[in-house]
Amino acid sequence: MNKPYTTIIGLEVHVQLATRSKLFCSCSTRFGSPPNTQTCPVCIGMPGTLPVMNRKAFELSLKTAVALNCEIPRFTKWDRKQYYYPDLPKGYQISQFDLPLSQNGYLPISDSKNQFEPKRIGIIRAHLEEDAGKSMHDEAAGVADSRIDLNRCGTPLLEIVSEPDMRSPAEAKAYLTELKLLLNYLEVSDCNMQEGSLRVDANINLHIDTPEGKIATPIVEVKNMNSFRAVERALEYEAKRQYEVWQETGRKLGDVPKSTHGWDEQAQVTREQRSKEESSDYRYFPDPDLVPVATTDEQIERARASLGELPAALRTRLEQTYNITPYDSDVLVNQGRDMVEYYIEVADACGDGKPASNWIQQDVLRTLGERQIGIAQYGVSAKALGELIGLVKAGKLTTSRGREVLAEMLASGKSAEEAMKGMGIEHLDESALEDLCRELLNANPRIVAEVKEGKQKAIGALIGQAKKKNPNVNPARVREICLELIEKEN
Amino acid sequence: MPISREQVEKVSLLGRLLFSDNELDKMTCQLSDILEYMDLLAEVDTEGVEPMAHALDISDVFRDDEVRPSLDREAALAGAPHRDDECYLVPAVLGEL
Ligand SMILES: [Zn+2]
Repeated sequence: MNKPYTTIIGLEVHVQLATRSKLFCSCSTRFGSPPNTQTCPVCIGMPGTLPVMNRKAFELSLKTAVALNCEIPRFTKWDRKQYYYPDLPKGYQISQFDLPLSQNGYLPISDSKNQFEPKRIGIIRAHLEEDAGKSMHDEAAGVADSRIDLNRCGTPLLEIVSEPDMRSPAEAKAYLTELKLLLNYLEVSDCNMQEGSLRVDANINLHIDTPEGKIATPIVEVKNMNSFRAVERALEYEAKRQYEVWQETGRKLGDVPKSTHGWDEQAQVTREQRSKEESSDYRYFPDPDLVPVATTDEQIERARASLGELPAALRTRLEQTYNITPYDSDVLVNQGRDMVEYYIEVADACGDGKPASNWIQQDVLRTLGERQIGIAQYGVSAKALGELIGLVKAGKLTTSRGREVLAEMLASGKSAEEAMKGMGIEHLDESALEDLCRELLNANPRIVAEVKEGKQKAIGALIGQAKKKNPNVNPARVREICLELIEKEN
Repeated sequence: MPISREQVEKVSLLGRLLFSDNELDKMTCQLSDILEYMDLLAEVDTEGVEPMAHALDISDVFRDDEVRPSLDREAALAGAPHRDDECYLVPAVLGEL
């Protein structure tokens, strides 16, 4: 585990904001429509058109920036970032350069399995910009041309740039997971990586201790990672590759220009990409078509008030109020706000957070996974599950019997009591249970004798018989009652 | 000269404009003239004047997040030099080396 180098990672995340219309025009942002059916003179850059900012996109950006603990400057503006690419019809992207809408924030990360110490990842800035179109090239068909679909042009993106604060691919993955969870809780993006709603680029290099002191390897930007797992793997590969290249060539930061590598998922390697000529020279200047935005204290306070309870705070609350482990609270909170609300209701209904968490993790989550549904579609209400757990806790059902009842509740939509009645499970009240135990003791004098000689284990045989007579008996209770009765006899 | 021939060459590359040697000389002169003329602005006393981000003294112009009909695809593609039924066609865009 002890590597001869430290890995330095910073991440740039682009999230598509959950607006209905584009950032500067009224075209739909819907994913998957036929190519070039969601464009207009504004988003395909016709001369003489004027962009007008989508209020919702600005509000969602502000909300995210506040949740990321960013400073919100009271004045922000938009700039033109110029480069020529076929998927960018205007020849420039409207983005933010020197006065972004937020800066200097942080996102705390931790690992419930303690792979790394909890830490804060700094956020350099989060700014609002427009997306480009999509170019498609069918290499297999050997066609000369690329096809351009401009439906995505002008879709609002929030670019979130972290400080190079991550020291391992695992930390990078944890940062992305926490960021995505936060964005889900804020309902600012659907974060669907397959549909490109969340894109990740990484900057990575190594700090190596040498006899001549610490040196840094050239920074490489890694692109084309289509899942968090791919990010983790690509960064692991890239760190190893940089160390090998350094051993071979001794090249340090500054010896060669920054390069871009693409992750090849099939081959599980990163490959150098052609860099856009002079691409670093974007010649930003303020976009004269858009007026600045002056954010007020009141707007910021309104954004803050709209955040709701966020994942980190929720984890702490569940651990403290319901006495569950950080691992358990992490699993529940990672399922989303609906699940947390469901859990709280179950825990309150049965009066005990621990079994509530266990039942949800072992039984409910399995069903949700098998059926590929969310908790909102789960057929047993929180109240009903709480009631069932209460019955198990009171000893009226064994856990395994409880599972059967839950299956019945799920199938029939009945309450716990109704399901039990339907399954022919009657509650055994204490006196009935005592009668049953007495009957067993009378029928088994040898066992009673053994217990009296001190062999308490002998009771085990009676529990088996009790279960045969009535499958709903609680074994622990049968043992207790039998021992009590024998004691009394003595 | 406020702008060098090398700078003009670089800017023409960024702007995807191909100039002959003659044209480069001419552009360098003309751009220099323009920049020299703009230098006149430097003579204005701006002591104590706050910089502006926009020529208009207004801010916060927004529209509501409402979808309106987009262009018909035929209309959108009508002006494209090369196209197929659905897309604009451009010379191959390839990412890797
Ligand atoms: Zn449009």
